[in-house]
Amino acid sequence: MASRQVAIPVPSHASDEPIGQLDSYQGALGGVTRREFLMYCTGVAAALGLSPALGVRIANATTSATRPPVIWLSGQACTGCTETLLRAHHPTLESLILDQISLDYHETLCSGAGRQAEEFRRRSMEDNHGRYLLVIDGAIPTGDTADYCKVAGERFVDSVTHAAEGAGAIIAMGSCSSWGGVPSSQPNPTNARSAQEVLPDHTVVSIPGCPPNPYNFLVTVLHYLTFERLPELDHRNRPRFAYGRLIHENCERRPHFDAGRFAREFGDEGHRQGWCLYYLGCKGPETWANCPAIGFNDIGESAWPVGIGHPCFGCTEQGVGFTKSIHSLATLQTVTPPTAFPRVVEDQGELSTAAVGVAAGVAGAAVGAAAVLASRLAKHGPPPSEAPPAGTPADKASSDQST
Amino acid sequence: MADVRTPKHAALGGRILTGPFIVLAALALIATYFLVQRFVFGLGAVTNLSDGYPWGIWIAIDLVVGTAFGCAGYAIALLVYILNRGEYHPLVRPALLASLFGYALGGLSVLIDLGRYWQGYNMFLPWLSQYNSVMLETALCIAAYLTVLMVEFSPVFLEKLGMRNVRQKLDRVLFIFIGLGVLLPTMHQSSMGTILVILGHQLSPLWQTQLLPLLFLVSALFMGFAIVVFEAVLASIGFRRPMETFILNRLCTAMAWLLLGFLVLRLADLVFSGNISFAFAATLDAVMFWVESALHLAALILLWPRSSRPSALRLFLSALLLLVAGTLYRVDCYLIGYHPGDGWFYFPSVGEIMVTVGIFSLEVMLYLVFVKRLPVLETVEAAYREEHAEHPEGTASA
Repeated sequence: MASRQVAIPVPSHASDEPIGQLDSYQGALGGVTRREFLMYCTGVAAALGLSPALGVRIANATTSATRPPVIWLSGQACTGCTETLLRAHHPTLESLILDQISLDYHETLCSGAGRQAEEFRRRSMEDNHGRYLLVIDGAIPTGDTADYCKVAGERFVDSVTHAAEGAGAIIAMGSCSSWGGVPSSQPNPTNARSAQEVLPDHTVVSIPGCPPNPYNFLVTVLHYLTFERLPELDHRNRPRFAYGRLIHENCERRPHFDAGRFAREFGDEGHRQGWCLYYLGCKGPETWANCPAIGFNDIGESAWPVGIGHPCFGCTEQGVGFTKSIHSLATLQTVTPPTAFPRVVEDQGELSTAAVGVAAGVAGAAVGAAAVLASRLAKHGPPPSEAPPAGTPADKASSDQST
Repeated sequence: MADVRTPKHAALGGRILTGPFIVLAALALIATYFLVQRFVFGLGAVTNLSDGYPWGIWIAIDLVVGTAFGCAGYAIALLVYILNRGEYHPLVRPALLASLFGYALGGLSVLIDLGRYWQGYNMFLPWLSQYNSVMLETALCIAAYLTVLMVEFSPVFLEKLGMRNVRQKLDRVLFIFIGLGVLLPTMHQSSMGTILVILGHQLSPLWQTQLLPLLFLVSALFMGFAIVVFEAVLASIGFRRPMETFILNRLCTAMAWLLLGFLVLRLADLVFSGNISFAFAATLDAVMFWVESALHLAALILLWPRSSRPSALRLFLSALLLLVAGTLYRVDCYLIGYHPGDGWFYFPSVGEIMVTVGIFSLEVMLYLVFVKRLPVLETVEAAYREEHAEHPEGTASA
């Protein structure tokens, strides 16, 4: 790769150490060239709303010799949150878990199994006490029904509590661990709780979604790796960069909402035209997430539920997803639709004969009045004559006569 | 007021309900009918306004031309108080009256034309203002000037009500308002041109120029003088008064120079920018440009100082031509030369025309009531009155 030793476009204020071993590291990046890798890191910085210059710092963090250990615990979950990570391409899951983090324990992705895997987890947690990243997906059964979820003979609630003690940061991946998700829907037979409810003394970063967009998770992790602190969180501990706006605010169909163009049922004219899905039960107006902004699966715009014609069902939002019926109307948190809407097609103006007639009449009256006055002045001069002055009544109306 | 020659003003008296007045009232009533429709069913029910032409004649004529007519007070105040030409003082009160109505009804037109008029007060709330907006500047300036005009005109009411003490107190601070009364129109009359500058290429190159603010200001000035002359001639005929021909003649000289300046600026700008070529294309724009320029030029020829005294007829015709030319210039700028894009078309609806007619009728009606009931016009020598005493009732119209 020496032949490709081009200058890295590092702005002068771009901080920190040089990239160092990146070139020799190229193989470990899975065939990704340095340029591509730096572009990816800059992309991450952009997703976080950070200066692109920080991409270099992210690159340094992700290629550091000691990769941060990650313990991933799965509870009452469908594995969708792990599946969603498989759909990430920058980085790919393998580059993430092999190069950037040290995924020491993950029930779905572990190569080891049984006692061996459990032993490895215990040892990693001891060795890395206080600095490993704990990721929890799946809801946690509690109380009398805590036995409903056990791994290696240990109740999940106990595994979580135990793992949290030595964790440097805790991330709840997906709606189930963020706020309970499907398992917590009424009647909630397992008393499923979110990670934050089980760990009231810790800050659990929530990445809700069913599944969440993988990049919301990856960006949070990379932020932690780079800056050694968590991104800015909202009152429900969700990263603001991803959950700071209602779906409704950035939705590509929002102009249709504002203009009153709604699909009323699946397959009708409006639905085929791509109009707003509010009346089909879209929960975008009450769901906080960045789905319309970043889409899914790296295939471009519109790759998200509303983009393909299905109303958002509020998977990220506690009290909406898995709680409200899919086709019930959303509770609007910002503007309500007006009762009257502008027309879809605007008239471009018309000429009415009557108007032309009236205009001509007014102009004629004005000209006539002026002529009468002028002739009077010409005949009699300025002092008033004996005849009653002024012209036709209409001349009073003309603009020329006004004061 | 620091009068040069303590003038005496008097109400004209006479009946209010004359024939012409009733006709004007009928026209105002028709306008009311359309206005009720506008406020019940909305702008779309009455006007031909569209997304392409959001401004129609209610703005182009009622406001832009209406306030230019309303520049009488501005132009005369500039002459009398700033340039210290006290001999024009007899013209001050009628001019202020014209301004008061021109601006009040212009403001009313804006209110009528505002789609969401009930939010109109928001422009007076500083925390909601967008300070880069030339529209905001114009709106606030016009609103402020309207207030100033009322104060400037208030001595008339105070005289009528016999409140001498208030009048004396007001006189001490009146100079501030007179100063503002000259400053504010300078600001917003030029801003009406600035509004067009930001339209960019949507305005035909025959009118679009960086000089628009200056051209609008100069045009407002000579239209202000012209309306004074026009009004004086009409009042003289209508109310059987002697004409202040001497003063008016000198005013005409001022108008002629302003007009010359306007035409030179306008043509030079078109020639130097090369946009004069658009005047030779076969378009409505070009036709209107030539008509407008010809009217200005005709007025200039009539106004040009001669050795002989100008006749009343020439005064009247030149003022009339100037008003029509100025009106056309503004309508060209705001409507005819404005091209929002393919397909858009605007011609005012019957409702729009009748509202405009009604508003100008109302203006004339108010003028008649004011000059007959309030001390607006200067008193005429008793001798003159006796000479023409054969029409004591004064079946006066405007």
